[in-house]
Amino acid sequence: MTDTSPAPGSLVGRNLLAGVEPDPAGDAGHADAPQRMGFFTDTSVCIGCKACEVACKEWNAIPEDGLELTGMSYDNSQGLGASTWRHVAFIEQNKPLGHAQTAVDHSDVDVFALAAQGSGTPPAEAAITPTTPAPEGAPSPDGRTELRWLMSSDVCKHCTHAACLDVCPTGSLFRTEFGTVVVQEDICNGCGYCVPACPYGVIEQRPGDGRAWKCTLCYDRLGAGQEPACAKACPTDSIQFGPLEELRERAAGRVAQLHAAGVTDARLYGEDPQDGVGGDGAFFLLLDEPEVYGLPPDPVVTTRDLPSMWRHAGAAAATLLGGLAAVFAASGRLPGRRR
Amino acid sequence: MGMRTWIQDWPVYRQLTGADPLGRGAAATSPTTRSLTPRTESADRVVKSVCPYCAVGCGQNVYVKDERVVQIEGDPDSPVSRGRLCPKGAASLQLTTGDARRHEVLYRRPHARDWERLDLDTALDMVVDRVLRTRAENWQQEDEGLRVNRTLGIASLGGATLDNEENYLIKKLFTALGVVQVENQARVCHSSTVAGLGTSFGRGGATTFMQDLQNSDCIVIEGSNFAEAHPVGFQWVMEAKARGAKVIHVDPRFTRTSALADLHVPIRAGTDIAFLGGIINHVLSGGHEFREFVLEYTNAATIVGEEFRDTEDLDGLFSGLDEEGGSYDVHTWQYEGASVQAASGKRDELYHERSGPGRNSSSSGGAESHGSGGAAISGEQHEDRTLEHPRCVYQILKRHYARYTPEMVEETCGIPRDVFAEVCRALVENSGRDRTSEFVYAVGWTQHTVGAQYIRTACILQLLLGNMGRPGGGIQALRGHASIQGSSDIPTLFNLLPGYLPMPHAHAHEDLDAFVEGVRTKKGYWANMRSYAVSLLKAYFGEAATADNDFCFDHLPRLTGSHSTYDTVLAQLEGVCKGYFLMGENPAVGSANAKMQRLGMARLDWLVVRDFSLIESATWWKDGPEIATGELRTEDIATEVFFFPAASHTEKSGSYTNTNRMLQWHFAAKEPDGEARSDLWFMYHLGRRIRERLRGSTDPKDRPLLDLTWDYPTEGPLAEPSAEAVLAEINGYAADGTPLSSYEQLTDDGSTSCGCWIYCGVYADGVNQAARKKPHTEQDWIAAEWAWAWPANRRILYNRASADPDGRPWSERKALVWWDAEAGRWTGHDNPDFIADRPPSYRPPEGAEGPDALSGTDPFIMQADGKAWLYAPAGLIDGPLPTHYEPQDSPVRNPLYPAQQRSPVRQAISSEHNRFHPSGGLPGSDVYPYVVTTYRLTEHFTAGGMTRWSPYLAELQPEFFCEVSPQLAAERNLEHAGWATLVSARGVIEARVLVTQRMAPLTVQGRTVHQIGLPYHWGPNGYSRGDAANELSAIALDPNVHIQEVKALTADIRPGRRPRGPALLDLLHSYQERAGVTEHTGTEVRG
Repeated sequence: MTDTSPAPGSLVGRNLLAGVEPDPAGDAGHADAPQRMGFFTDTSVCIGCKACEVACKEWNAIPEDGLELTGMSYDNSQGLGASTWRHVAFIEQNKPLGHAQTAVDHSDVDVFALAAQGSGTPPAEAAITPTTPAPEGAPSPDGRTELRWLMSSDVCKHCTHAACLDVCPTGSLFRTEFGTVVVQEDICNGCGYCVPACPYGVIEQRPGDGRAWKCTLCYDRLGAGQEPACAKACPTDSIQFGPLEELRERAAGRVAQLHAAGVTDARLYGEDPQDGVGGDGAFFLLLDEPEVYGLPPDPVVTTRDLPSMWRHAGAAAATLLGGLAAVFAASGRLPGRRR
Repeated sequence: MGMRTWIQDWPVYRQLTGADPLGRGAAATSPTTRSLTPRTESADRVVKSVCPYCAVGCGQNVYVKDERVVQIEGDPDSPVSRGRLCPKGAASLQLTTGDARRHEVLYRRPHARDWERLDLDTALDMVVDRVLRTRAENWQQEDEGLRVNRTLGIASLGGATLDNEENYLIKKLFTALGVVQVENQARVCHSSTVAGLGTSFGRGGATTFMQDLQNSDCIVIEGSNFAEAHPVGFQWVMEAKARGAKVIHVDPRFTRTSALADLHVPIRAGTDIAFLGGIINHVLSGGHEFREFVLEYTNAATIVGEEFRDTEDLDGLFSGLDEEGGSYDVHTWQYEGASVQAASGKRDELYHERSGPGRNSSSSGGAESHGSGGAAISGEQHEDRTLEHPRCVYQILKRHYARYTPEMVEETCGIPRDVFAEVCRALVENSGRDRTSEFVYAVGWTQHTVGAQYIRTACILQLLLGNMGRPGGGIQALRGHASIQGSSDIPTLFNLLPGYLPMPHAHAHEDLDAFVEGVRTKKGYWANMRSYAVSLLKAYFGEAATADNDFCFDHLPRLTGSHSTYDTVLAQLEGVCKGYFLMGENPAVGSANAKMQRLGMARLDWLVVRDFSLIESATWWKDGPEIATGELRTEDIATEVFFFPAASHTEKSGSYTNTNRMLQWHFAAKEPDGEARSDLWFMYHLGRRIRERLRGSTDPKDRPLLDLTWDYPTEGPLAEPSAEAVLAEINGYAADGTPLSSYEQLTDDGSTSCGCWIYCGVYADGVNQAARKKPHTEQDWIAAEWAWAWPANRRILYNRASADPDGRPWSERKALVWWDAEAGRWTGHDNPDFIADRPPSYRPPEGAEGPDALSGTDPFIMQADGKAWLYAPAGLIDGPLPTHYEPQDSPVRNPLYPAQQRSPVRQAISSEHNRFHPSGGLPGSDVYPYVVTTYRLTEHFTAGGMTRWSPYLAELQPEFFCEVSPQLAAERNLEHAGWATLVSARGVIEARVLVTQRMAPLTVQGRTVHQIGLPYHWGPNGYSRGDAANELSAIALDPNVHIQEVKALTADIRPGRRPRGPALLDLLHSYQERAGVTEHTGTEVRG
């Protein structure tokens, strides 16, 4: 926060419900908040193993969610919900299978110098995998010219402007010092207002329990300096956890690298602070349109218009009151004085 | 709480007075939220462990609070896994603490309809009774006039999921009892690996380690679904890819591995030898081999004897076929000037001469005894270093593969020529001085009637390309159980003793010396085999083993042919085998021809099942498929069944050997609950009670038991034997009782003892080296101070070959180990797999033996000639060179040798419940027209015993399914997500249908071949249930190692669910009739 920022307590000039909001934690009353933390899920290296789903369930003791073979490729958990806080989507597509840029000369890469870094590439670089579409006229293995299998681990976006939080009447949903959005189950009364408020359809009430549940970005672990269970388990570092600023930089680099390698499909989703939710705390690198992955293309915080709605409501109320006053003044009889 | 605090604690007060004007942050926190502490933080202790699923060997941290395991997650210190876990590893908290686990002993009386409770002590005593009774009643002092000292009345199966120390006690106790039918999952998973790699290089283990994948320039994954079956190991493929490596996946299906590969090459299941042979031909005919490497480090220049005839000369047969017996006389395959000394060959020959034709003995598993010591050869070999002699190995190889053209590959494998060319190009471009390519395989290669030859083909190719012993090169065998490498090294296998010493055969050996002479090589470290054998006998029998009594060599029971797990099933059906131990293995689902497994068990007197839950192998007598069809009636079944709950990996200490020969210690986090016990506890106390019963016995058959060293210290309230004491015995002691540090210290005079010579050094200096956990962040990339790998903590085998003959790295980029002339030693990143001070220039004197006979340019120190074998003159019994044969059941005629459809020496065991299909276009072959291949999914594990009961995993893959192409779905009216029935001559099953383009029909010989994918994890018990894929598979085996062909079979598929009850058998039989299946179908040697 800069010196020019408004004094705490003042609501003036702050994008508390929509727009660019650089410090959601500070603006939620967390003095000396740590850096905002988040997820960068790079779906281009996801192997669809679902370790994230299981690690999440083990850590958070989430109940099993029903045994149903859906026929939706290898996706049998179907989507995020009260009992599925990480969800891996599987999309079988008729699109060219990615090909690595094998023509790139890397004979000058000293693998041992790289290896000497420890036991491998630093995690930040580990998931950087150049992948390009097959060149023109490349062999099609079996007459199928196009086939790819996209996998992507979805999660609560921990929006900068979180409608679930805005509408929660009990204070159960709150913004943490890490800038994440968490349900407090000891407070939630199961009113369910948050459910339709979420532009991503993430939060849900658990049948038989009634309360709303979703990813906490492992709030308890973060408090102890530990990374979320899903990110820790992820075998290929598809799920990366860290300070949001750092993740955004890394993601931008990754996209640039993929574009340079000819993977023009690569794009980020949810990283933009200017977007309808002020940017997501959990954002993604996708290889296709968001809709393909079941993600809304242009999400908007459903409470964006609350201030103007309040202003309109306020104006309407003032007008109403003014009108009433005028009526009473004209009649010479003030309310309350009637006896 | 004062009024002031109370008010301040009111969120609205905080909202109005604090910095959270909207009350959506700090002001809204509840006291519970403010006091949150993760249980990883509040745990009493963190215990270092290792994941119990596949053999990647991911490190785990086990968090314990109030003597309960509260969390299990990845250990960031591990250099292999770097803290990551797959879904199974991540679910191991549920595995170990979930309510699917049993904690009480159960007992089923003969003919009873249900279980009853029994206390542990009584049950164990009852098992002791039964073991002693069955052993006494079925004791064989002699077999056909030869001393065998054994009982075939008892068998044991399982060990790959257990600790090395547990396997050691299982093998030791059963051997002393005279039980030879001791087997584990290694038989059905990777036995062909040991034979294939062992005969080629001298050792049967993966030649490299997981992290080294990052150094590769091209990775060919074939016969493995790496990303799904070994997800955490796959991070190293992604590392390589990030550095620019090309990743190729050759597989019948487009899997999660293919999705991340640069190129997916669909292949017809069962044709990999043709594919790899095609690449060999490409390399040889184009002059792309790494000539100097090939010349110096392989047997390319060696001249083969004049009598040898290749398959090219004999229409698909090698010289020496005995058509009647269905086996080869291997004499003609020898080098020129060499006399036959092939250990396995000799034993087999003699066996056949004595036993006569008709008994399908095959080998006593000689090929697998090359797990750490190559096949023997003798005599002076002749060489032609110009490689031009028509009978030199190089020229024979060239001729042998000349017909493996791209056109032939296309005809056979269904791989278009341009795709094939792409693979050839990638491999050639990424091999040589500056670059290396690596092959990765798993059971997609091993589980064939020619499984060992699959592996051999890759060995030949990697040798020609010069990719062995070098960083980023080698052959990565991915094994699939936590310690399946360990259960091969310290074998719970019928044909092996610890350290790949062969079990003695009744016919071949009179005494220890004869036994040793029949096996050892003259040159290299396998020449010292007598030291390894004597030291083992000292470890087994202690002071009772003396030079005067041949170190109790005659205490060992003797083999007469194959006693593999499949032979055991036959023995059960014949009423020979009457008692059976299952220790963490579920053959009623996981072994080929699951029905025969169950029918075999139904003939037993007694069965002991040790597992976590009531797996199918424990309950078939009340709810198995045969009860449903009426083939068996519960009340008719006389088998007594004991169920003993097993301890989990968090409840016992011990070591697992991962897929890269690395022993990693896991520490017990807590005592097991209820009556659950470790297998170490079970074996130790079983042995202790048996020995107490026999105390004072003068019966000679009890002598081995009474002489056995069995005095392990016990600890804790449950009297758990000390696993570390067992490890120390495995490591071995010098005469003065100090722990040994190297197998080079072993002697053959009885002054040293060692329970497994290749593990000697794991307890060096009295320190448990397997328990070393120095974080990878504090070491170089090899991480040599994390745990301990055999041999001698070397991580890349044969790494002498990473340097040129003069000892200089082939290139700086690929430097690993080199000769330091000044220091007079080999040095480098890895521990040199060579004699430390032997200079490159050293040439052995005439008549030198053992390690002294190794020249400075012999990188393959376990081989009889110090060289890697392109051509195997000995060691395998189905051919010196790999050649393409069709699978036992195949819709296609062998395009390469139309006169020889299948391997002439495969083991096709035809019996009432194990019938084969008409193949290759013969009448009836269109009744079972589709190729079926079985596989694993990420979310489940083997036969499902450790995953189907876990809700978190079950919900991810809830049902048994088959994968078919849209074209096949249309052809057979299969509905996506509907049901299909699959029929083979062995069984009928149903599965949900996934129609997917990931299954591609292939064009082979101008016709379309459809393939069906079947994950084999399911069975009728557990939380997620389904039919078992192995109801369809047959017992058709590789003759070298008796592994079953389940990666390529045939079946029919039809829409809808299968019939229930006896109608199921009607359908099975109607298919058999329609196809004209008889007892002779598919059993012919020729044709």
